[in-house]
Amino acid sequence: MRRFSWFNVTSLTLGFAFLYLPMILLVVYSFNESRLVTVWAGFSTKWYGELFRNKEFLDAAWVTLKVAIFSSTIATVLGTMAAYVLVRAGRFAGRTLFSGMIYAPLVMPEVITGLSLLLLFIGIGLDRGVLTIVLAHTTFSMCYVSVVVSSRLTSFDRSLEEAALDLGCSPFEAFRLVTLPIIAPAVISGWLLAFTLSLDDLVIASFTTGPSATTLPIKIFSAVRLGVSPEINALSTLLIGIVTAGVITASIVTKRAAVAQARDEQAAERSE
Amino acid sequence: MRRAALILIPYLWLLVFFLVPFVIVLKISLSDVALARPPYTPQFDLSLGWEGIRSFFSELDFENFVFLTTDDLYWKAYVSSLKIALVSTLLTLLAGYPIAYGMARAPNEWRPTLLMLVILPFWTSFLIRVYSWMGILSNEGTLNTVLLWLGVIDTPLQIMNTNSAVYIGIVYTYLPFMVLPIYSALEKMDESLIEAAEDLGCSKLAAFWLVTWPLSRNGIIAGCFLVFIPAIGEFVIPSLLGGSGTLMIGKVLFEEFFSNRDWPVASAVAVILLLILIIPIILFQRNEQKAREAEG
Repeated sequence: MRRFSWFNVTSLTLGFAFLYLPMILLVVYSFNESRLVTVWAGFSTKWYGELFRNKEFLDAAWVTLKVAIFSSTIATVLGTMAAYVLVRAGRFAGRTLFSGMIYAPLVMPEVITGLSLLLLFIGIGLDRGVLTIVLAHTTFSMCYVSVVVSSRLTSFDRSLEEAALDLGCSPFEAFRLVTLPIIAPAVISGWLLAFTLSLDDLVIASFTTGPSATTLPIKIFSAVRLGVSPEINALSTLLIGIVTAGVITASIVTKRAAVAQARDEQAAERSE
Repeated sequence: MRRAALILIPYLWLLVFFLVPFVIVLKISLSDVALARPPYTPQFDLSLGWEGIRSFFSELDFENFVFLTTDDLYWKAYVSSLKIALVSTLLTLLAGYPIAYGMARAPNEWRPTLLMLVILPFWTSFLIRVYSWMGILSNEGTLNTVLLWLGVIDTPLQIMNTNSAVYIGIVYTYLPFMVLPIYSALEKMDESLIEAAEDLGCSKLAAFWLVTWPLSRNGIIAGCFLVFIPAIGEFVIPSLLGGSGTLMIGKVLFEEFFSNRDWPVASAVAVILLLILIIPIILFQRNEQKAREAEG
């Protein structure tokens, strides 16, 4: 049985303290009575009240949510198609360019992606707003989705698909009945990744939005540029709470799914 | 038929929203500023036919790139971005390696929890994580309050709005990218190798240096590139935590575009930034490929 050594306990404690203390402080100070963030003046939830009365924040939250839902859904469809093309479509003209365009956005600095998309939208005369942010977010998150999905596609047994085709499935049916259920966990985590990336993005949204659509990160950024504000602490606490709950739920669900799959596979092996 | 549609849809999307915009940036970087909408010339005018296309190309020049070399703001910003990225990458390695090591040597049943604890901050808003340091590092912030109370310092330390705050911000936000590849390299390592080294007379430190460190090298290199590459073009961290003296190219580009409205120069800044990034990206991919070959 392996145990923790002193060195490892110390480095893990220090490391996780570094990772989590700033966020814990943020949460603690969101319940501070005083506007001065560093002076503790007693427990209060008044900043949450202020936050929910602030129409600008609520509007921005709604815009952000709309953009995230649309862009992550389109990105999941396009990203899954792209992954399928990369892994299964074999050779075709321009394949190198295609895979280059999938991987390049992952390392492209956000300022460049944002700038280039803005210049495109101005060039084709598209009014900037929710639509342009959705297009921009879809483009970079589909690349993340396709990386996640293609790693799952490469690792699974292709003969399952061939069996379905031999038994009379059309290629589309084989995809829907065999491939999709197997890659589903990767597709779902791709969607979640795309959704979070969109919620989180400040730089690309600042470039591609117009006066009609302000997202939450843009709103937060302009509010905190001049210093700490307790409303933003309250807002951050809510967002951290949602993400934590989401990640924990997702990890429980995937663990259960993995257990169930292992059981099915064992049963299938026994019945052979 | 279906196959063609399957390939064409994502292909066209990426061509229109990734490649074409980039070609536009390249084109505008070769254009001149103009007091017009859009604020640059020449415009592409197909109605003039062949003559229009020829005059379009003849009006493009490298003036903006020459301008970037004459105004020392720009090359200073490039150099200082590289320096800040390099220093913070090394600091992230120093902070991340012990964490990855501790995780890889933790009891098996602990590892999934520890892994989740490292990944969780990654899902939390980047902007919020940077913001959380503003309350800690400012002159009346938590850190200074605690240090003053402990009597370690007499006057508040000026950390906020300096490069040190930027280093802290980058180390903090990119730490998971360093920890995860090193962890996966260390986890795969056969621990009996350490025992063998110790049996053969190595001290614990020597065994670490001669066995563990070289075996985790691929993870270290991958982690360093994953921090270094995005840190160069970073915008949020220098603009929230850095001061007026913090020069980073992402911030310069943003301001050139939004405050000065000089689109051609902003585009030229972007093109050079990309050229600078190509080298580390190629090195990173080589390293990944070598790692895959070594495994396969």
